Amino acid sequence: MSDDRSTLTRDEVAHLARLARLAVTEEELDLFAGQLEVILGSVARIGDVAAADIRPTTHAVPLQNVARPDVVLPSLPREAVLAGAPAVEDDRFRVPQILGEEE
Amino acid sequence: MAELIELSAAETAARIAAGETSAVEVAQAHLDRIADSDDQVKAFLHVDTEGALAAARAVDDRRRSGEPLGPLAGVPLAMKDVVVTKGQPTTSGSKILQGWIPPYDATITRRVREAGIVMLGKTNMDEFAMGSSTENSAYQVTRNPWDLSRVPGGSSGGSSAAVAARQAPLAIGTDTGGSIRQPAAVTGIVGHKPTYGAVSRYGLIAFSSSLDQAGPFGRTVEDTALLHQVLAGHDPLDSTSIPTAGPDVVAAAREGARADLTGVRIGIVTELTGLGGGYQDGVLASFKEAVLTLRALGAEIVQVSCPHFDYALAAYYLIAPSECSSNLARFDAVRYGLRAGDDGSRSLEEVMSLTREQGFGPEVKRRIMIGTYALSSGYYDAYYGQAQKVRTLIAGDFEAAFGQADVLISPTSPFVAFEVGERVADPMAMYVNDLCTLPASLAGTPAISVPCGLSDEAGPALPVGLQIMAPTMADDRCYRVGAAFEAAYLAANGPILAGVPRLGSVGAGTDGATR
Repeated sequence: MSDDRSTLTRDEVAHLARLARLAVTEEELDLFAGQLEVILGSVARIGDVAAADIRPTTHAVPLQNVARPDVVLPSLPREAVLAGAPAVEDDRFRVPQILGEEE
Repeated sequence: MAELIELSAAETAARIAAGETSAVEVAQAHLDRIADSDDQVKAFLHVDTEGALAAARAVDDRRRSGEPLGPLAGVPLAMKDVVVTKGQPTTSGSKILQGWIPPYDATITRRVREAGIVMLGKTNMDEFAMGSSTENSAYQVTRNPWDLSRVPGGSSGGSSAAVAARQAPLAIGTDTGGSIRQPAAVTGIVGHKPTYGAVSRYGLIAFSSSLDQAGPFGRTVEDTALLHQVLAGHDPLDSTSIPTAGPDVVAAAREGARADLTGVRIGIVTELTGLGGGYQDGVLASFKEAVLTLRALGAEIVQVSCPHFDYALAAYYLIAPSECSSNLARFDAVRYGLRAGDDGSRSLEEVMSLTREQGFGPEVKRRIMIGTYALSSGYYDAYYGQAQKVRTLIAGDFEAAFGQADVLISPTSPFVAFEVGERVADPMAMYVNDLCTLPASLAGTPAISVPCGLSDEAGPALPVGLQIMAPTMADDRCYRVGAAFEAAYLAANGPILAGVPRLGSVGAGTDGATR
């Protein structure tokens, strides 16, 4: 990726889309490259805040070690869950081939 | 029957409990109103006629058998489509979930059902709650009942439009950066974002987990408080749910209705008063009027400065997209929703990419890519890490300000409702709608929007919202001050929703009975 934080090339957008598993079209690449650059330019001022020694906030309300009682609860019925799946085979989610992918 | 759609939720429940009307009559009146007006408003993605009438019949049966009824039993409600409802379609406004029927209820859905509230259906929204106009819905554009050429705000625009159009006296929305408060403001109704963790997120389709919070819409502060009380409370199924009981917001709303704010310190946030420009004059004029009203109610008005609020927009538009890029990874074309391009020759990764390309709209894709960028190696510290630090500074600004004031106020949005199509091609023009609502989202603090006037600078007279912000778990202060302001506004100007033009074949706003 480019060193300049506020510019984003078409190739970089294509790379982001691939990382995000979005098969974007050529027209979208042109559109998004311009729009993402404007958005990133607008949020880049976040770097102007002197925050080096500030603790990050991940959640508004600090909570620690939240655990429910270890009680067995019924799961959703298998048919109810599979009813929403795009493809089902032998009572399981049917998944396209996963081997042979480049990683 | 037309009269029933004008009643407040509190009055509706009281009449049902007293046997003066039945829950079925009330449900039917609202279903008729939807049938009559939703061609114009397009608030609903799905109307559950049978389910609503069955729920209403159950309330009537309980009343006849002498069972005690809750304070909202038999009152109709419109549910935002981001909340899962067992047996009813739930799409989150996205094509990727078209046709999905959830196998379970969200905790707030369960609470609504148990309270005897009658769910009329699911309301339109920006896809995955990303937007401020509801134009990012994959299904339809919801119109503002005040002017059908304008947006109802967003992302909970279907819910806000339904309440303003008298299709339902109550609705549920979710607010990640302003998605309850801004639509409430631009449709002239009340909307509250509770303290983060006060209302369970179990069964909300996640957008930005550290910010998402569900909350109530109503036409009065008291109605909104009554629904808040039903929704709030600890839920072991949500690890971020606050384990202690929240304040009694209904009592606070009723106390506020006595219209006395003597001893209450109200802080105007300097950074949210448009000093740098960018706010509409009509919005600022209504806000100044509101300040005078609050002072006349006995409140002490102070000026407070929250310097890091200027960075809220940048922090939000890094944190929310980052969390969305992670949350929306669940849409992998395997377990639910759409699957595209699965012709037997393509790999899972190819099918996933084609499905997400086809199933997500442009704003969702933009945010996923921004988030992917902000979280990527080499950029994480400069973007996501820095945004989280700014979040700490914003929370610190709130803490300091709440040392000087009991509540903070600002306009809810810099703008009144804008025209459909006006901002949709320019993401930044859309994002600045949230300028005033983002700080409370980032700090997790509660904030309410109540109608505070009309502005006609953009053409027709359109509602302006007053935002009232309070410290964590002090939601009651929002309701108390909101109800006091509402009482004063009503006494001086009459009900604001009287300005909504006639919709469908039944007049609305002609007698303006919001009470």
